[in-house]
Amino acid sequence: MKRIGIVGYSQNKIKRDAGSANEVELIMPVVHKVLETTNLTQSHIDFTCSGSCDYLQGAAFAFVEGLNAIQTYPPIKESHVEMDAAWALYESYLRILSGEAEIALVYGFGKSSPGNLDQIMSLQLDPYYVAPLSPDRVNLAGLQANSMIKAGILTREEMYLAISAASRNGLNNPNAIKIDNPSWDEYLMGEIVSSPLTKFDCSPVSDGASAMIIATEDACEKFNLSPVWIDKIGHQVDSANLGFRDLTQVKPVSDLLEKFKIDLSSIDVIESHTQFSHEVVLLSKIFNCSIEEINPSGGPLVGNVMMAAGLDAIGHTFEKLQNHSAKTGLAHAASGPCLQQNLLAYLRCDS
Amino acid sequence: MIPAAVIGIGQTKYDSKRRDVSMPGLIREAIDKAIIQAGVEWQDIDAVVLGKAPDMFEGVMMPELFLADAIGAYNKPLLRVHTAGSVGGSTAIMAATHITSGQYKCVLTVSFEKQSESNATWALSPKYPYTPHINAGAGGYFAPYMREYIRRSKAPEHIGWQVAVKDRRNANLNPLAHLQIPNIDLEMVKNTPMLWEPLRYLESCPSSDGACALVIASKEVAKGKNAAWIKGMSIRSEGTLSAGRDEVNPLAGQMCAKDIYSQAGITNPLKEIDCAEIYVPFSWYEPMWLENLGFAELNQGWKFTDSGKTELSGEIPFNMSGGVLSSNPIGASGMIRFGEAALQVMGLAGEHQVDNANVAMGHAYGGAAQFFAMWIVSSHQ
Repeated sequence: MKRIGIVGYSQNKIKRDAGSANEVELIMPVVHKVLETTNLTQSHIDFTCSGSCDYLQGAAFAFVEGLNAIQTYPPIKESHVEMDAAWALYESYLRILSGEAEIALVYGFGKSSPGNLDQIMSLQLDPYYVAPLSPDRVNLAGLQANSMIKAGILTREEMYLAISAASRNGLNNPNAIKIDNPSWDEYLMGEIVSSPLTKFDCSPVSDGASAMIIATEDACEKFNLSPVWIDKIGHQVDSANLGFRDLTQVKPVSDLLEKFKIDLSSIDVIESHTQFSHEVVLLSKIFNCSIEEINPSGGPLVGNVMMAAGLDAIGHTFEKLQNHSAKTGLAHAASGPCLQQNLLAYLRCDS
Repeated sequence: MIPAAVIGIGQTKYDSKRRDVSMPGLIREAIDKAIIQAGVEWQDIDAVVLGKAPDMFEGVMMPELFLADAIGAYNKPLLRVHTAGSVGGSTAIMAATHITSGQYKCVLTVSFEKQSESNATWALSPKYPYTPHINAGAGGYFAPYMREYIRRSKAPEHIGWQVAVKDRRNANLNPLAHLQIPNIDLEMVKNTPMLWEPLRYLESCPSSDGACALVIASKEVAKGKNAAWIKGMSIRSEGTLSAGRDEVNPLAGQMCAKDIYSQAGITNPLKEIDCAEIYVPFSWYEPMWLENLGFAELNQGWKFTDSGKTELSGEIPFNMSGGVLSSNPIGASGMIRFGEAALQVMGLAGEHQVDNANVAMGHAYGGAAQFFAMWIVSSHQ
């Protein structure tokens, strides 16, 4: 099988509110930067794939507007997933394996500040049986946190630990939103959004964009690129019926780990797409690492660009491997209520 | 390229309002038929790829998530494609790419739209901040392109009516088609109200509820089955605002067609392709695409329509099923074209079957005539 590697990644500084910046103004800087860092031009790109969601923009065809950020004449091979851009990466990976492309550009963008994100996300729910009950995104996350507390696998102390670690790690991430680390007492007194989740437990509403370039081994040699190999990548979706799921587990992640057959103890860096503190705890348990170890970038708790945050987890992992501070990395992307859909990418450097 | 073939096609009955079914029910109507025709079981499906046009058509954001169980994606990889009107086609191509990547053996793909849940023209007239609101819908947006085509080609007015009549007569042979107008003729089309010059009411597509599903498989899985082998597939996009683009005869369409012909070893599409399901949502797009896809010389496409070359028994039948002009669940319309092309080469198109169809083309386009997806299928591996 062809070896495919990540050769570049770029992310905007995440903002709570990007003001009047439109899709093009968010995407163009990251695309230009990722091309610059790889010394490639758009004419080297054989396939382009983006991830975005119309409902964040509040109008159909967000990706069509976004496409104006890149060079499209003469016409290009291009596709779009209405998903986090981590899945656009997966599509690009399959396109390259099939021989359709050698170098692919992936980008994701989201501007959540204009709307009420928690309410908008509840439009993802089953419109017949669940959406009419109007649970919002945080209500459902609270349901999962409560299931974990009841099962004895989550404590407020662990949630606090996740917040503190994110806040601390975020200080080393120039693109992260600066989140003040609450004291334990401040945390306990924090405003409850949906029990047991306080505002501290939720990721900030964020605006931004990210871009990544992946290439085959041949293209890496030809263009003198230094790849971090995508050794394994896969994704899986769980049932939509929350009542059918064991919310104390993330079955797709466990299934994917079993398929990957990797030794978790040998992984140097793990970045997870965890939008709430209890999700950090849950994923760190599944990945068999400490709450302080997971998400060295700070993770979504210090910047959560919808439709890009999954790609960012992969991008941050890539950065650690590219600057040789790590040799192996595991990145996680998620979508849907209570971590319904999950993607894992296992990255590796040439030793 | 690792070989891939369509082994099952399932379609719903298309109608303006499928009040008898929910969204999962509508989709399962198509999926169940596709799986039965493919002769596979649920556990044989390695991955599911779902495509649809804007989520505002139904008011459910990323509906594949709530549909995960109904479409059999539970515990499997599920990918959601959205490339505007071309999505049905690009979704089928993405599903086939799962096979040609060598990573999967049997993939289910489904596309749908339940347009009765919302108002398509509203959803197709997005209002962006800081941008003038066009509020045109699809017909209003494309009408100037067609007027320009008429100016360039000097085509007579009746060509549009002829396409409208021909596609609806084909629809009368397709029991699944939304529009069934037994006595349709030129006079009837001509006497319907003008919507967007030059388009009259009956020269426009309907707004439909419906779904289409395909099972796409590797050589091993397809072995011994009636199959439509994918000989070429491709996509192309150009930006809405790209300087120099010709909206009437888009370069992206020309390049996409050239790509699939070259993959399939086709040098003369008119002679070597037996029939084609081409995305014609408004009548004038038939002559425009005849030229864009290389079947006719520039500005001569309308003469094909005029002389009956695109009829069911013509030299290059276009839209044997009745086409988008007769059934238009937008997100599925592209996949219906791709699936109908497969049905033709499998010899399963029923009353609208073209005799001895061995090579067929499926085509979809979307956005401001800027996104293209096409494939060539053959009865031979």
